[in-house]
Amino acid sequence: MVRVDPARLTRKPRNQGPLPNRAGFLFSARHLTCRYLLAYSGGLDTDKVFKALGDPSRRKLLDVLYKEDGQTLGELCEHLEMTRQAVTQHLGLLEEANLVSTQWRGREKLHFLNPVPLYEIYERWIAKFERPRLKALRDLKKRLEKE
Amino acid sequence: MMSKSTFVYVTYIRSTPDKVFKALTDPEITRQYWGHNNVSDWKPGSSWEHRRTSNGNVDIVGQVVEAKAPSRLVITWASPDSPDSRSRVTFDIESAAEMVKLTVTHDDLEAGSGMDKGIRHGWPLVLSSLKSLLETGKPIDIMAVKKT
Repeated sequence: MVRVDPARLTRKPRNQGPLPNRAGFLFSARHLTCRYLLAYSGGLDTDKVFKALGDPSRRKLLDVLYKEDGQTLGELCEHLEMTRQAVTQHLGLLEEANLVSTQWRGREKLHFLNPVPLYEIYERWIAKFERPRLKALRDLKKRLEKE
Repeated sequence: MMSKSTFVYVTYIRSTPDKVFKALTDPEITRQYWGHNNVSDWKPGSSWEHRRTSNGNVDIVGQVVEAKAPSRLVITWASPDSPDSRSRVTFDIESAAEMVKLTVTHDDLEAGSGMDKGIRHGWPLVLSSLKSLLETGKPIDIMAVKKT
């Protein structure tokens, strides 16, 4: 945990060389921001995935990408009755949740469906609860077939 | 012209680039989370094989195009039944604070082919299993999942 002394933010050091200080502060602030962003988009927070999925427009975007992967913003806008700005915002949230990955092809940014976090949720929240039931069904089948 | 499809899969793993690169190229590790041994000397131009651990069947063959440990590996990917119908897989490994960002780009795939459909199902499974192995020591039993 890095603590930033609030006094350091308001105090203006005149006697000391301000430049190195400021540069140091900027660097550490940037460093913190980067780490935060990484953790944010790192799939550490399953909440982000559920939140990203909790909106019909964003689910529609995923469906559109499922049908045809690797689309530009312009292409995606054609399928949706939303402003370009709204689509950009939804894509941003999907990217933060790591449900959409992007790649540059020349000057075009292409968007791809990334189902890896969905699979992690499947393993954690569905498969785990399904397995005992599947096993019970299998046992029942075996028993009936023996009779 | 046959249309080609591309997929880009990303996973963040609490690990190091070296460990992730090793996990892709060491058959003793790939068998644990992939159910297959990835066998090659991993030199550009060399061939590689994806051998099913349970029975030794070769399910995928290809060539190593580029190998820059621990940041990048590019291989071709084909079924041994039709080795000329090659697609390409690129693994990009970037370090990101305490995490590693692994991007798998599978391109040059014949759209609508069996391989196209198969890898859509396969990669999310394999990458989740790899993440699970490196983070918790326990992979997902992916051969069991594939059967159901």
